[in-house]
Amino acid sequence: MSRPGRDDAPDRLYTLTGGRSRSGPDTPFDLVTLVVAECDPVAGMQSEHAAILRLCERPTAVVEIAAELRLPVSITRILLADLLAAGRVSARHPHAAVPSGLPDPDILEQVLVGLRNL
Amino acid sequence: MDSVTSDALAPASARTPLQASADNGLKIVIVGGFGVGKTTLVRSVSEIRPLNTEETMTQAGAAVDDISEVRGKSATTVAFDFGRITLDAHNVLYLFGAPGQERFWFLWDRLFSGTLGAVVLVDTRRIDDSWYAIDRLEHHGTPFIVACNDFGGPTHTPAQIREALDLDPHVPLIDCDARSRESAKRVLITLVEHLASLYAPHGAAAQGAPNSPEPAL
Repeated sequence: MSRPGRDDAPDRLYTLTGGRSRSGPDTPFDLVTLVVAECDPVAGMQSEHAAILRLCERPTAVVEIAAELRLPVSITRILLADLLAAGRVSARHPHAAVPSGLPDPDILEQVLVGLRNL
Repeated sequence: MDSVTSDALAPASARTPLQASADNGLKIVIVGGFGVGKTTLVRSVSEIRPLNTEETMTQAGAAVDDISEVRGKSATTVAFDFGRITLDAHNVLYLFGAPGQERFWFLWDRLFSGTLGAVVLVDTRRIDDSWYAIDRLEHHGTPFIVACNDFGGPTHTPAQIREALDLDPHVPLIDCDARSRESAKRVLITLVEHLASLYAPHGAAAQGAPNSPEPAL
């Protein structure tokens, strides 16, 4: 299977995003933002958008979507921003930090419990 | 020991979906040189076969924000592996195996801001390879521990390794076998315990005051 992000000319990626190369400075998609589809793919939809909706029937991290689509993370973020703007996906953003930016001690404790239970 | 990223590609059909209740993705980064066992460690504890993806950057080192600028120029891609651990109904931990080479660090903020912490995986036969990664993590203010993967080479005392890495005495240093699930688990637990001690509230518990600043160290 070919790997578009790595082997194809950048022109192909440029086409995928309709010529855009940024998802905006306020792009809300972290690598581990969990994306959930809010609708089914519909006929005529861009194939990458349809593939994302199928992947995200259950919560799926941005980085997993990028890996499954074999696209660079930056391109994946643009596609996701389109779907979010259209209300076709929702995004569950990471909340590991308290507002001061430091990790939330409660979350760290939950991580420890989870790791010890592995 | 196998840490070549090219064999880490899993077929799309092998997907294991998360629980519908999952709502909090967390990041830990395993940093180390080529062949040090990053992918092996990720694989040891991951619930999915490690996947591989990449980010693209220009020669200037900035992440690609304008693909038109890249056309006709040689863009550089930085590939990284990752695995996943479902911790509970809500929390999902992603483990990233990241190359320690220089160009990678230009992408750190873009990819790994908000990372809980990092593990510097060291091959004690090539200790010097890890110095740069430690320097960069300190620069980015990312807390980390050092784990020495056992390749059966000559043994070094912890004091020798600390000396070679110019390691702060407060940074945990442990041995591990990246092929062992139990050992990889212990590496992660050691990191998170270190983080918990760094960020432990001082004095009275500030229940209900999430904005109260806490010293980082």
